Amino acid sequence: MIARRSPTAYWTGFAVVLALLAIAPLVLPEFWRRFVTEILIWGLLAMSSDILIGYTGMVSFGHSVFFGLGIYGAAAALLSVKPPNLWLALLYGLTAAGTAAVFVAYFSTRLRDIYFAITTLVFSQIFYVIIFTWTAVTGGENGLTFAQPLLSLPGLGAARFTPETLHWFVLGVVTVSYLLLRRITQSPFGMVLQSIRENEPRTRAIGYAVERYKIVAVMLSGLFAGLAGVLYAVQNKFAAPDFVFFAVSGEVVIFNVMGGMGTLVGPVAGAAFFLLLREGVSRYFTEYYLIPVGIIFTAMVIFMPQGLLGFAKRRLNE
Amino acid sequence: MSIPLDQILIQTVNGLVNGMILALVASGLTLIFGIMDVVNFAHGDLVMLGGFTGAVTIAATGNFWLALLVAVLVIAVFGAALQATTLRPLLGRDPLTTILATFGISLVLQKYALWQWGPSARRIQEPLTGQFQLFYLQYPWYRVLTAVLSAAIIGGFWLFLRHGKYGIWIRATMQDRIMASAMGIPVPWVHTGVFAIGAGMAAASGVLFGPLGGVTQNMGLDFTLRAFIVVVVGGMGNLGGSIFAAILISLLEAYASLVVSPAQAVIVSFVVLILTLLFRPTGLFVPTPK
Repeated sequence: MIARRSPTAYWTGFAVVLALLAIAPLVLPEFWRRFVTEILIWGLLAMSSDILIGYTGMVSFGHSVFFGLGIYGAAAALLSVKPPNLWLALLYGLTAAGTAAVFVAYFSTRLRDIYFAITTLVFSQIFYVIIFTWTAVTGGENGLTFAQPLLSLPGLGAARFTPETLHWFVLGVVTVSYLLLRRITQSPFGMVLQSIRENEPRTRAIGYAVERYKIVAVMLSGLFAGLAGVLYAVQNKFAAPDFVFFAVSGEVVIFNVMGGMGTLVGPVAGAAFFLLLREGVSRYFTEYYLIPVGIIFTAMVIFMPQGLLGFAKRRLNE
Repeated sequence: MSIPLDQILIQTVNGLVNGMILALVASGLTLIFGIMDVVNFAHGDLVMLGGFTGAVTIAATGNFWLALLVAVLVIAVFGAALQATTLRPLLGRDPLTTILATFGISLVLQKYALWQWGPSARRIQEPLTGQFQLFYLQYPWYRVLTAVLSAAIIGGFWLFLRHGKYGIWIRATMQDRIMASAMGIPVPWVHTGVFAIGAGMAAASGVLFGPLGGVTQNMGLDFTLRAFIVVVVGGMGNLGGSIFAAILISLLEAYASLVVSPAQAVIVSFVVLILTLLFRPTGLFVPTPK
């Protein structure tokens, strides 16, 4: 359980981090500006899966499905409707990810532990095969490219995205999502999820409909993952089957374990750590960066299961 | 659309051959799960490493049988080392941590293979080049040989489990870890040994599969997934069920590839898995209760 600190300390820290992230694009050079935006997007994806891994104790190896369908949903809106509309892309992306989440949740939540993990992995392979082979609609291996929509805010008119406004837009969405997720995990609903993680038979015995809670948890998690997908689509203007592939789900699990499961902020830190590590190591090792990452990951599972954040917290408290 | 009978028969033979190789992979996986509740996510990567070890040995010596032996021994020792260093500390913790740890191992092994042997597929030269007439096809004898060899390895292993002294240790540990330990069986070493045997069987299937599909660094995930499916459908820890499920799934995939592309035929096995989990969560054959 998270140690209760005084709310003022928490909100001060929150405000400082938010302010730092807000001024980041103004002071950072071009490359790092884009990098910070990307960390925020992957961080949102990591947070979304933390609901399952950290809070409910269900390891999902299928988050690439929701993320990928968010991207493809946004792509569908941006390609089919002229002129491309940001909010329509959001709606389509969330609908696609949400529908997939309902489907996956219905089947996979009947199972526990490793069976759940394998089933989500199998679903991610199913969606990958469908998207990879359905060339007429999804563009197959080549994926889809599309135009970036205008940033249109109700009452404020529309403007082209600049790197700064894109960053602030992403920051806004991620911050609101974080606050929502935090509220959810602290609500009675979130408490039930945590009690499922701690002792599922007992939670059932108390009288909670465990299956229903799990289905809602998977759906919520899928929706936020789809949101991250939409942001990614808006930033990068292309959709590719690789985003639906298992490798992405694996990375999300790595973010969670490295940063600290069940903390929401931890997975974001994990994503930042992972991406920085990749950036630093891949200059020398190209794609072999996953060798040191994998070794660190395995060592952390064995020796530091509470992740970087949990480890830091414990050291600070000593 | 009607499918000619000879094509169906050819796919039946193909399905049986693929099924036996898959059964060899899956029996190692189910054994490891049955004895220490570890879902080995890196099992397919052990198949891949075995294939590469075999390919390297063949390139050096030119002898397929020697390569098979070397690959099995090397990967078995490697598996034992892997188990002792990464899985032994996790014994008794949440089974989810073992899936995470083996997932990390799989990542490392795959990228190591990419680094060491590059992204292109390696083909192993088959030891037997003869063919026989199967309807309109020249069917290679080697395919039949792999099925027979896989069956022989599984059969030999089954006899060992049934009658060998260490086989009895393994079955005892599987039934009751604490009791076995109380009877003087060195349970941690049994775990390591079983992991080594499973890894060796995976390596054998990698070498046997080499001449058929080639060895690539990213073949592991596919093998892991299919072996998982087989193990779940056959019942976790149930050796006979796994063999039956491996053949069943391979046959279904072979028939499906008559109608759709082989890439899509994979979905058939996924559907079998989901249906099994929904209606028979303990597998088609309920395993002997622990």
